[in-house]
Amino acid sequence: MSLMDILSIVIPSTMLWAAPLIFTALGGTFSERSGVVNIGLEGLMVIGAFTAIVFNLTFADVFGDMTPWVSLVAAMVVGGLFSVIHAVASITFRADQTVSGVAINLLAVGVSLFLVKFMYDKGQTDIIQKGFSKVDIPILSDIPILGKIFFSNTYYTSYVAIIIAFIAWYVIFKTPFGLRLRSVGEHPMAADTMGINVTKIRYIAVILSGALGGIGGGIYAQSITSDFSHATISGQGFMALAAMIFGKWHPLGAMGAALFFGFAQSLSIIGSSLPFLENIPNVYLLIAPYVLTILALTGFIGRADAPKASGVPYIKGNR
Amino acid sequence: MSSRMKNIIVPILAVLLGIIVGTIIMLITGYDAGAAFIALWDGAFGDIYYTGETIRQVTPYILAGLAVGFAFKTGLFNIGVEGQLIVGWLAAVWVGVAFELPKVIHLPLAVLAAAAAGALWAFIPGLLKAKFRVHEVIVTIMMNYIALHVANYIIRTVLSEKSDRTADVFPSASLRSPFLEGLTDYSRLHWGIIVALICVFIMWFILEKTSRGYELKAVGFNQHASEYAGMSVKSNIILSMVISGAFAGLAGAMEGLGTFGYASIRGGFTGVGFDGIAVALLGGNTPIGIILAAILFGSLKVGALNMPLEAGVPNELVDIIIALIVFFVAASYMIRIFIDRIGKKGAK
Repeated sequence: MSLMDILSIVIPSTMLWAAPLIFTALGGTFSERSGVVNIGLEGLMVIGAFTAIVFNLTFADVFGDMTPWVSLVAAMVVGGLFSVIHAVASITFRADQTVSGVAINLLAVGVSLFLVKFMYDKGQTDIIQKGFSKVDIPILSDIPILGKIFFSNTYYTSYVAIIIAFIAWYVIFKTPFGLRLRSVGEHPMAADTMGINVTKIRYIAVILSGALGGIGGGIYAQSITSDFSHATISGQGFMALAAMIFGKWHPLGAMGAALFFGFAQSLSIIGSSLPFLENIPNVYLLIAPYVLTILALTGFIGRADAPKASGVPYIKGNR
Repeated sequence: MSSRMKNIIVPILAVLLGIIVGTIIMLITGYDAGAAFIALWDGAFGDIYYTGETIRQVTPYILAGLAVGFAFKTGLFNIGVEGQLIVGWLAAVWVGVAFELPKVIHLPLAVLAAAAAGALWAFIPGLLKAKFRVHEVIVTIMMNYIALHVANYIIRTVLSEKSDRTADVFPSASLRSPFLEGLTDYSRLHWGIIVALICVFIMWFILEKTSRGYELKAVGFNQHASEYAGMSVKSNIILSMVISGAFAGLAGAMEGLGTFGYASIRGGFTGVGFDGIAVALLGGNTPIGIILAAILFGSLKVGALNMPLEAGVPNELVDIIIALIVFFVAASYMIRIFIDRIGKKGAK
């Protein structure tokens, strides 16, 4: 097997696994940059996956080949709505943000499985017929060498994810909204004094994280699992959380980390078919994202520090 | 109203609110809520067999709740109970299948191995928190996944020949009891409940009767004041995590030596660790509160299995109710304001 062949297997597979992580990690970045810890990313992905699959199954005849994209919009909307629960609890009612996030995770699994049984009378949905499918990107895939590695046998969603990461970077670091978002996350009282509505910014950030997490779940379900059951989302949300931290709360860092974790995940699955990897137990690849994140936090791989006010409810008038 | 009264009323209101919202969901989706709750009760206590199963489920819940609650007391959020439980489970079964010894030695050894494994798994986030000020929430979440994958790998390669589960533990390491099983119409009730209750006592004793416990709580209240008073914040953080992890590891031993008697490859988490957060929160991190909350959640979980059979209601409804209870306890600021308003009206 030539290097070319290996790359043209590994890179599309990496991008497939990374796309949901990129979206969800970006969602986490928005939320944490505003000072709200969002452990509920996993649950938001569950809701996104559930919504996308149900929508896809119901409306496949109406929207035809556009179905997965329209389903993704539905997942985004429902994910955003669901995250309002986390926003209300952690911003307005000053709940412990970690506990509220845990409640979101439990609630998402409970609600979505309950509704699956309610609607379909069984524990998992049917397989969707109109998922995201592999494509050769027109024109770009004709580029010699690079076209075959980066633009063939791949998914549009992966490129959308990368583009959104750049947009998120622009929004957070180059716009007035981004400046407000970061100031609210670093020093809410100073921001408040300058006339920034801390509560409003935090609400927007949490809802954005829900919308992006919903998209992440929707992509995962429609391109990898193709149905919805209790095992559809199993840890991807936490891995996205890890990617956000490994990427040091920076959108492009989060994207890079998500790509790297996607690489590790895809290797753990396709590794056995590749030369020189077949003898390495895949447990190393499975735990790599988590071990690396701990090392990054510890400072062995460049210290990662959270936004200062992350996890602290803002109470007007408190010093 | 005194704050003591509020501390009791808030969890009760949270449970009631959870049940009310659960009922509303059933009414909207057209399920028979009355039949569902009767089925839930029957499934938890309607028959001696079910009661046995409920107590069996309560056992790991108590220990998981103790693990979360103990760390909470020192101001630490151990969200890694799930991972510590998995390594505890693995260690207990490993000792259980590796050799045969007289029961008086083998069983305590297997149980202690579980506690040690859980403690070790929690030592890492404790150390990182104390030494490098890394937030324990993130590290423990990451440790959960590392535990899951490493345990699967060990079960597949070391403890079996590429099989999905280990052999059964030797009877000399088993917590199973033909006596208790016979008493409860052959449920899977085992001696673990005794271990759990002893641990409740241990937690109470450490926190209330030893100076070490006083230090642990002091660090939880105010790190700076404790430091100033000459306590070592760092060593207390590590110790708190280690004890917490030991409880979590024991919860794993309950499953490994009692309920199942083996360890198997897992696609995902057991859920016991996360439910432990609910138990500790609802129980206010107090020993008695944790027992009561564990009984509530244990009976909800076991009773739920009867709901699809008897009332045709999906058992996930109970997961929704548990999540809502956690949510309402977390957002208790809302409930407290509500109580204050009512209190003021009464005073006028």
